[in-house]
Amino acid sequence: MLRALLLCLAVLVAASAATAQTTLQSILQSQSEAVSSPSRSTVDGVIAALAEAPPERVAPMLEAWRDKFLWVRDADGVFFIARPEGTGLTLTDIDTGARTDVDDRSGYSEIRPNAGVRRVIDSALAQFQLSDPDIARRLAALQSIGRDPSPDQLDPLRASIPDEPDPGVLARKQQLERQLTARYDPDPAARIAAIESLAGDLSVEARAVLNTILATSRSVAAEVPEGTNVARILTPGEDLSVDDAYALLVDAGLAPSPVSAEALKSALIENIADGSVAGAPIHTLDTDAARIAAYSTLAADGTVPPFVSMDDRIAATRAHVFYTSYTEPDPQITAAAQAALAGLQTRLGLSQFADLSLDALSLASIYFLAAIGLAITFGVMGVINMAHGEFIMIGAYTGYVVQLFVPDYTVSLLIALPLAFAVTFGAGVAMERLVIRWLRHRPLETLLATFGISIALQQLAKNIFGTQARPLTSPDWLAGAWVYNDVIGISYIRIAIFILALIFLGLILYVLKRTRLGLEVRAVTQNPGMAASMGINPDRINMLTFGLGSGIAGIAGVAIGLYAQVTSEMGSAYIVQSFMTVVVGGVGNVWGTLAGASLIGIGQKGIEWFNPSNTLAAQTYMILFVILFIQFRPKGIVPLKGRAAGD
Amino acid sequence: MSTLLEVSGVSVTFDGFRAINNLSIQIAEPELRAVIGPNGAGKTTFMDIVTGKTRPDEGRVIFGEKSVSLLGLSESRIAQAGIGRKFQKPTVFEAQTVRENIRLALKDTRGPLDVLIGRKARDSEDRIRAISDEIGLTEALDRMAGSLSHGQKQWLEIGMLLAQDPRLLLVDEPAAGMTPAEREHTTDLLVRAARTRAVVVVEHDMEFVRRLNCKVTVLHEGSVLAEGSLDHVTGNQDVIDVYLGR
Amino acid sequence: MERPFLARNPSVLWFLLGLAMFTIGVTVLSEAAGLGLVSTSFLKTLGKTLCLCLVAIAMDVVWGYCGILSLGHFAFFGIGGYAIGMWLMHARTEGIVLPTLQAAPLPPTPQEITDAIGNQIFGVVGSSEFPALWAFSHSLTLQLLAVVLVPGLLALVFGWLAFRSRVTGVYLSILTQAMTLALSLYFFQNDTGLRGNNGLSGLQNIPGLEHRSQAEVSLWFFWASALALALGYVLFAAVVSGRFGSVIRAIRDNEARVRFLGYHVEHYKLFVFTLTAMVAGIAGALYYPQAGIINPGEIAPIASIYLAVWVAIGGRGRLYGAVIGATLVSLLSSWFTGGSAPDINLGLYVIRWTDWWLVLLGLSFVLVTLFLPKGIGGLFDRLVRKGDAP
Repeated sequence: MLRALLLCLAVLVAASAATAQTTLQSILQSQSEAVSSPSRSTVDGVIAALAEAPPERVAPMLEAWRDKFLWVRDADGVFFIARPEGTGLTLTDIDTGARTDVDDRSGYSEIRPNAGVRRVIDSALAQFQLSDPDIARRLAALQSIGRDPSPDQLDPLRASIPDEPDPGVLARKQQLERQLTARYDPDPAARIAAIESLAGDLSVEARAVLNTILATSRSVAAEVPEGTNVARILTPGEDLSVDDAYALLVDAGLAPSPVSAEALKSALIENIADGSVAGAPIHTLDTDAARIAAYSTLAADGTVPPFVSMDDRIAATRAHVFYTSYTEPDPQITAAAQAALAGLQTRLGLSQFADLSLDALSLASIYFLAAIGLAITFGVMGVINMAHGEFIMIGAYTGYVVQLFVPDYTVSLLIALPLAFAVTFGAGVAMERLVIRWLRHRPLETLLATFGISIALQQLAKNIFGTQARPLTSPDWLAGAWVYNDVIGISYIRIAIFILALIFLGLILYVLKRTRLGLEVRAVTQNPGMAASMGINPDRINMLTFGLGSGIAGIAGVAIGLYAQVTSEMGSAYIVQSFMTVVVGGVGNVWGTLAGASLIGIGQKGIEWFNPSNTLAAQTYMILFVILFIQFRPKGIVPLKGRAAGD
Repeated sequence: MSTLLEVSGVSVTFDGFRAINNLSIQIAEPELRAVIGPNGAGKTTFMDIVTGKTRPDEGRVIFGEKSVSLLGLSESRIAQAGIGRKFQKPTVFEAQTVRENIRLALKDTRGPLDVLIGRKARDSEDRIRAISDEIGLTEALDRMAGSLSHGQKQWLEIGMLLAQDPRLLLVDEPAAGMTPAEREHTTDLLVRAARTRAVVVVEHDMEFVRRLNCKVTVLHEGSVLAEGSLDHVTGNQDVIDVYLGR
Repeated sequence: MERPFLARNPSVLWFLLGLAMFTIGVTVLSEAAGLGLVSTSFLKTLGKTLCLCLVAIAMDVVWGYCGILSLGHFAFFGIGGYAIGMWLMHARTEGIVLPTLQAAPLPPTPQEITDAIGNQIFGVVGSSEFPALWAFSHSLTLQLLAVVLVPGLLALVFGWLAFRSRVTGVYLSILTQAMTLALSLYFFQNDTGLRGNNGLSGLQNIPGLEHRSQAEVSLWFFWASALALALGYVLFAAVVSGRFGSVIRAIRDNEARVRFLGYHVEHYKLFVFTLTAMVAGIAGALYYPQAGIINPGEIAPIASIYLAVWVAIGGRGRLYGAVIGATLVSLLSSWFTGGSAPDINLGLYVIRWTDWWLVLLGLSFVLVTLFLPKGIGGLFDRLVRKGDAP
């Protein structure tokens, strides 16, 4: 009925305001009673009558009605759109829009439609909103349809499509129209066509539509009733547990309810007489078997309902058919939806795989950035820098401090990147000169000394910046995400980190392969004694290498800080993964680190795919994998020849 | 005299460089054998292969009467089978006393539980004493090995080899960095050891080799260039070419 | 002529004597058995410190003597704590739940008892089922076995994998650290069935000893810890002296050379790694009932690094060094972080030790590594001028 009303509304709107000579107020007055105290049964009549009124006035009035801003003057029953203003009201004439203020609202009454009525008004409004000249209102109306679709929206939506000027909104309207058609169109052929068109749509909405069409419920009967759209016949014990099956039987009134353990217990307690139940002394009732036996005796006397044993339940379930059936009665439609969903699943799987690959790539580039500095220092000097994570942290805090002074995020980022490099380069050089140089050939002690520095730096950061996380805000052009469809998407920051990782890969390769410094670094890595005899100063090389590795950690810190939180402990979150990356990749080799980072990033995401709910488990398994991996390639994917490789 | 070690057709490649090329050597028991050759001839690699440090790409290494293949055995198994090795650079345990060093090498049980719980072999102190007498370090038995002179470390290492009581001794440049008197002592030690077992000495120093007075194998580019008495091989034109350069 | 073990190692005798005197002294000063000058909470701290000394000497053997810088031994310590904690929680909860159930009109069935205990223990993680890991938690004997066997087995498997592939040096350290991280992440998960990050709590209440005062129970644990430390010290002194000690020190200094002497280096390392892991488990099983609570944070890699720090500060390669390091650093640490240390007012800035202690520890650790590579025990050696430490 409502649909018919709306249809006639739509026709009227299409016919435009030419026919409107009656005022809105007069129509409302003719329905006065139904407007001021609306109910589910009268509201349709009012809305039908509104078809006569000029549409551009109807929409604000309906909105006001719905939102309880429609007031009536008690004296003459004239309706106003009114906003409370202190103790008074601002009245708006519903036909002319003229405003008047009154000081006293005592002569006016607010109209309060109930929730059911408001819903009806809402759908009636949809038609007006869908054709509203304001694009924002049209979009809002579409959003409300998308959120809460119902059959009566179909006709107004279709009616609004031909006149839609904006291509984007038009596309959205058509998309929604397909979805509504698939669900609600009375013509099965139209529905099937719409369903088939949904097969190409990866959006969450489209999948929800198909899944709603395919909604099933479990039932049980002696035989499957004629005309049921059966999805599947269930076998108790295989497709559902015997307990569940029996519960269905009980719900359907086909079997007596089983006696729960609680009920059994209270029945026994009620029937305690002289320290025993049905002849069994209480102290013997400490096993389930004894309790059931006592209960059965009681049941035999007729004091309690009979006990339903497991055998009884199995027998009862065997005597019936269990099945799931579609809520949608038409098998052709469910078949079409199933086919569409199956096709969608394949494409969905591919898309998810693509999305996961992006995630993995992004994770790998983060690990690469975090680990490459470590790999360089380890490769050239054979020392493990446990404070590497703290250099990442220092980089991130540098970015945070820069933002305190430079409010423009783009400029501050451009300052922060080189500054972070400079600060951590300096810290690295200082650490090399003051500590690491004196511990040469004692790698394990270097490990522990740098650990001492690590805890000191961490606590120092805590003392300076406090324990709560500090923001490192990315510029607006890095906010948001690149979205391909509802499944594939990646934030711009992660893309930026990926690009940053690529830049550093290129830069490091360039420095190592094409510059004098790189040549000397490689010489020292391969044979320090020979390098020294050829006039290369290994101390200088070590210092520069360490500075370089630390500087890169600082830049990685800025990058990581942009998407994660800056805390004093952020470094320790990456340090073990960085070690893993270095160990898996092979020490002192840029390509090795790249391979290690990729393996760990992809591996971790891959494990997460199998068990998406549990990131902790994914990390655990990844580490176990690394430990096993070392079994087969103790020197990493790309083994190093030279000093750090050992003999 | 029976064959103790048979290396045949062994080749090994490091990153495309053929360090050993179809090498075949036979060592008898007892025998004293000197292996000479220019740098990079594969002398040390040959020892690495026999002691299990390096796995060859192809070939056979067979040891003892039972013809045990040494390929695939771990270093410790090979050592237990009766092959001892002295490195070019003296590698003694500097943080332990001379006595402890010899005790470590002494032929005895090797498993951790036996070593932890097992009683000391009754005669071990006597054997330590005998060996320290032989290498002239009896006075230094309770000194830290790190405080010994270079030559003393070389002897200690030889002593450790003797303590192992191996059937085959591989000795890499034993006389490096020794005074002439020390060299003479070392020569005596090796010659005496070779009366009851096989001893293979890798050496650069021709004078030292001459004094050993034994069969000589010349290695070049990973394979045997010549074999025979020192006079025989030094008269060989190929050897002269290799040593004097072409 | 073979002299008795203790006669050959006089320093062990001195240590045992010192430990005995310390134990007697503390007992005399304790609340339960004497003058009451040592409060029960400080008594617990002392008892815990003895346990830390035990795990520290285990660490010293594996690192200082055998050269394996394991960053996993505190995880073994934690596992020992968890193993005993499971029994403590189970038995204690059973003690609470049973009277309620028995007061009901019907005697409880075994299933009802299990359900009630499970509900109490796992309510915090939204479960009431007993996880498979708790299958033996009802039995003290089996859980005591687990204290030793679980860390031992874990160390055996991990060590076999790592040593077999000849992972050494910093690589090995990183690998052990990874193992520790994996363990702690595993313990952190609710699915594991060890109450996630809640850990196990109420461990100071010993089932069957409810009628005894905490002062008394603490003293017993103190004695047990002292005894364990004494036995552990003698065991490790025996391990690191004699030919076995000679072999593992040789492995530390030049592994390849030891191989050419015919020793299976991997077997020795595995033996030491596993044995010390088992002792660490025992130390943990004594520690956590005194601490009262254990959570996965205790297993985190950083704890194992601290363990190495104690040993390094105390002096590696000498057992008493580990004892000195563990005692000094852990007591100082609880003094500084407990807020007992007086703040230093610099006028512009007040140094609060709760904030600055870690900075101090970190830097002093760097200084010790740089200038005192043999640790405090090394200083001691220099004073005594005797090198016969076991």
